[in-house]
Amino acid sequence: MSDYDPVEVTPLHADEVSRMEADALAAIKTAGDLDALKQARLAHAGDRSPIALANREIGALPPAARAEAGKRVGGARKAINEALAARQAELEAERDARVLVDEAVDVTLPWDRQPLGARHPLTTMQERIADTFVAMGYEVAEGPELEGEWFNFDALNIATDHPARSDHDTFFVESTESGMVLRTQTSPVQIRALLQRGAPCYVISPGKVFRTDELDATHTPVFHQVEGLAIDEGLTMAHLKGTLDRFAEVMFGEGISTRFRPNYFPFTEPSAEMDLKCFVCRGASAVPGNPPCRTCKSEGWIEWGGCGMVNPRVLIACGVDPSTYSGFAFGMGIERTLMFRHNAEDMRDMVEGDVRFTLPFGMEI
Amino acid sequence: MKVPLSWLREYADLPAVTAQEVADKLTAAGLKLESISSHGHDVKNVVVGEVLEIEELTGFKKPIRHCKVEVGEAMPREIVCGATNFAAGDRVPVVLPGGVLPGGFEVGSRKTYGRLSEGMICSERELGLGDDHGGIMVLPPGTPIGADVVELLGLRDDVIELEITPDIGYALSIRGVAREAATAFEVPFHDPADVELPTADEQAWPASIGDPDACDRFVLREVTGFDPAAQSPLWMRVRLTRAGMRPVSLAVDITNYLMLELGQPLHAFDRAKLTGEIVVRRAVQGETLETLDHVTRKLDPDDILITDQSGPISMAGTMGGLETEISGASTDIVIEAAHFSATGISRESRRHNLVSEASKRFERGVDRELPLVASWRAVRLLAELGGATVRPGLTHAEVDVAPARIAIPAGHPGDVAGVPYAKETVVRRLEQVGCVVTDGDDPAVRTGGVDPTGVVTGGELAAKLAVTGDDMITVTPPSWRPDLTDPNDLAEEVIRLEGYERLPSILPKAPAGAGLTEGQRLRRRVGRTLAAAGYVEVLAYPFISEGDFDALQLPADDARRRALRLANPLAEDEPLMRTTLLPGLLKTLVRNAGRGFTDVALFESGLVFRPREGAPATAPVLRVEDRPSGDELASIAAALPDQPHRVAVVLAGEFERSGWWGRGRQECWADAVQAARLVAAEAGVELSVIADQHEPWHPGRCAALYVGDTLVGHAGELHPRVAEAYGLPPRTSAMELELSKLESAMPGPAEAPAVSSYPVATQDVALIVPDFTPVADVEAALRDGAGELLESIRLFDVYAGEQVGEGHKSLAYTLRFRAADRTLTVEETTAARDAAVAMAADRVGAQLRSA
Repeated sequence: MSDYDPVEVTPLHADEVSRMEADALAAIKTAGDLDALKQARLAHAGDRSPIALANREIGALPPAARAEAGKRVGGARKAINEALAARQAELEAERDARVLVDEAVDVTLPWDRQPLGARHPLTTMQERIADTFVAMGYEVAEGPELEGEWFNFDALNIATDHPARSDHDTFFVESTESGMVLRTQTSPVQIRALLQRGAPCYVISPGKVFRTDELDATHTPVFHQVEGLAIDEGLTMAHLKGTLDRFAEVMFGEGISTRFRPNYFPFTEPSAEMDLKCFVCRGASAVPGNPPCRTCKSEGWIEWGGCGMVNPRVLIACGVDPSTYSGFAFGMGIERTLMFRHNAEDMRDMVEGDVRFTLPFGMEI
Repeated sequence: MKVPLSWLREYADLPAVTAQEVADKLTAAGLKLESISSHGHDVKNVVVGEVLEIEELTGFKKPIRHCKVEVGEAMPREIVCGATNFAAGDRVPVVLPGGVLPGGFEVGSRKTYGRLSEGMICSERELGLGDDHGGIMVLPPGTPIGADVVELLGLRDDVIELEITPDIGYALSIRGVAREAATAFEVPFHDPADVELPTADEQAWPASIGDPDACDRFVLREVTGFDPAAQSPLWMRVRLTRAGMRPVSLAVDITNYLMLELGQPLHAFDRAKLTGEIVVRRAVQGETLETLDHVTRKLDPDDILITDQSGPISMAGTMGGLETEISGASTDIVIEAAHFSATGISRESRRHNLVSEASKRFERGVDRELPLVASWRAVRLLAELGGATVRPGLTHAEVDVAPARIAIPAGHPGDVAGVPYAKETVVRRLEQVGCVVTDGDDPAVRTGGVDPTGVVTGGELAAKLAVTGDDMITVTPPSWRPDLTDPNDLAEEVIRLEGYERLPSILPKAPAGAGLTEGQRLRRRVGRTLAAAGYVEVLAYPFISEGDFDALQLPADDARRRALRLANPLAEDEPLMRTTLLPGLLKTLVRNAGRGFTDVALFESGLVFRPREGAPATAPVLRVEDRPSGDELASIAAALPDQPHRVAVVLAGEFERSGWWGRGRQECWADAVQAARLVAAEAGVELSVIADQHEPWHPGRCAALYVGDTLVGHAGELHPRVAEAYGLPPRTSAMELELSKLESAMPGPAEAPAVSSYPVATQDVALIVPDFTPVADVEAALRDGAGELLESIRLFDVYAGEQVGEGHKSLAYTLRFRAADRTLTVEETTAARDAAVAMAADRVGAQLRSA
């Protein structure tokens, strides 16, 4: 308070302020680019600019004069700042129009320096099927590929002389009396799951299986299956049908159901062959007069797998009491599923490992 | 099984439906349609003609006849014919101009051999009746002239081919299929086995059963005075042909015809060639028999034989002996009809690799009541068609067999199906199958046995399989259904006849599951990560050869050479089960390169098979009557090889592609090691890398991969000799590691770090070390020396050259320091850096490179 200076300060004279404002506006107007404008901002609106210095002097005025001077300087500063902002916008637009255009590139140029790989569709198909059942509460069960004969045959009610056992052309570990085979089906996993978990038991087991077929367009000695098993109190064939209908719908879309035909498997009784309603023509191609369907060969249905009620003999071999528990099992070929779901026509493509076959399938199927 | 529809209609009163409709119903009943073939539907304008005149034309290379044939028109037709087996006055089939023969072959009027030919005189083959093309088909005298041959000979038919599952042997007969068809259409069935048998007091040729386990019924009947020249009638030959069998001679055709119709295989012996009593027994070591196919077979003591005083005369149920076979001169014939052990015939047929129409039926189970009927019908046909005289008398040896009887609650089929069936329905369906059903609980007391499929029945197992409840019924299956042994077999019969299509669809509620296991999740993550890093998954066959071990340069004592051998490999040159994933991957890489993809990165994730030293050579086959004990199960596990899950990669060519941006980057050993690090990172474990020398890798570019003290795999560049042996691109790299070992080392959930918001302090150091010093050791020393303020360390330059002196290299690191609770001072970070350098100096002799 004591350093109060009653003398009127020159920079706050009206004509002086007007001059400062005019100088600033002129400099802003003539700034040709953003750098020049930056300089003008520094010179005419910066901390050491005349108008900023003038502003500082206001405090030195007698109280009565302060309001008027403040108003005068404030008005000038506002005008300068507005001019700066306007010119800034103008110059930026100019720069955008010129410089960024100059910097344009051809965005269609390729950039595949590190190409992606892919997972095999047979792997991802097994995962997709497993996931469908995991969502229903099943767990994924596993077993060895080189298996004891007892697991692969006997425990599944396939006795030594059973025609089915002679028809399944089995790879035996030397010698044929070794009691060890390359599993011919994923069904031995049923046995392992029941022995380990007991009842109730809901498992799904995808995996590799082996039969002594020569490789051709529709056969391969090493292929993949998925096996499902449900053992609980009161399970019936209607539950089997319900489960497979749900599975068909999840995999192939709403309204796609299954059809059962009587068949024979030693490990199920009753047994059924399971057909899938064609998900392409939805059965329409089987009606005479309708266009043909390549997926189901105009039969309306696609053979998909086998199923049935677990033979009580299998339960007994696993120590599960058939008077308390019953259940169902089903199985289907992964290669076959890939063939009709994705129009893969030749099984050799699935085993040869040609990257051209696998790459389009990506990470999931 | 090929079923001519006309034959089927003889025994099932089918309505006017198409073959497709019949086949659909049979398929729904479990007899699956394979194919339908139509015969004679396209044939037209074939009539009976009488040959009036024959003019032999001369001057041609072969005999040619010009005939005048009366066909019931205004004028006889002129027809040129190349056959000579007919005479004037014979009645023959003639296709008239505009007519069509099987296969759509149209016949017109034409000039040939200088004469007009208005149609054609036909052979059997031309009419689609059989294979006989020896000459013109001459019809019986008195066949009406002008009659439609298609109608007359029954040319028009449809043949339904069915796939018969191994449990229903009875369906390998017209009789069995007709029963199913009649049930499906709910129409009367006429059993061709339902014939009245004469009483016989006399014995025919003497016979006895020597082994009651081999045969439980053996029947012989005889005829004399058979005319060996008698021809099989056309209808019989047509049916045999359409059912897939070749007509041979009347006697053989009759046995085959009855086998097809009834399902009972029959054998005909030439009576003149038999000596003494026939005995059914097992073979004796050293016995041989020359069978009909002229093969002398060494017999196994387990083989079931028909023998007489001279020794073996037939292999039961599979193939007859050559010696006693009926020939073109046989007049006295002994017909054999028997019921053999299904498992016995199945083994015999497999042992001798001899599958016949007879063995197919016996091993699936033949109706035990048929031999008496079938043999009677056989001798009747030999008499009717071959002029023979049936000798009175019958030889009938048999073993007592208790019939199966199963008791179930009437509600059992409904309980299995999940939809209730009325008791009347259950009883009616079982009766349609041929069962006798009575009220009450009266199962057969069974001492145990083996059913046709080789499954043990009776005994303790029967008690465990028994189903009890209210309203019990007792079911006696018919003699032609030996497969019906268990309560669920009966349930299946009811459910399939009621229709699988009528089952409701109900989704059961499974208890909540725990989702995938950590190991299952890991395998999926590893697959995704490698694919995202540029690798393409392959699923190679697990079969390898000793040559692969050599190609991989494995030393003689390498554990990977110890592999399991298959008894029946697909390819003789690949009989071993893989002990490493690399051979399959390398061959796949070569295949891709050969197809023009030389920049290729592949991976496989799968099992290898590692036999355990000292493991038993055989895995026991355990019992099935109850749960095996833990020890018994362990005895199987002990024989099986270890089957760990491995993951491997191979790569060649550019790993980063060349392009308009410039040169790409060739893959190298480091990519293979990095693949291992990616896999380890997915498992959450830290991989330590140590230089190693391990085949098949380059001895100077091979990394051993460790988790803690456990060796988990190897990675690096392949040995040049391996590349050469497989024909790989030079400098191909590979990695293989055992995922099972990573799984067991997985640390569980990751610990969340405390993230400091204080500023980072960075210090660079350059260290000079002897050039053999592993970088991993230098880094470890720096980390340990720098202490807990160190946030990260990064090697940004490796230099070797004049400025650092011979035998040395310079390593330049950026060290980043940060504290959790304060801004570090320059003094603090310098002290930490100096401590790091001091530790490196101490451990690996590193010197700070002066700036």
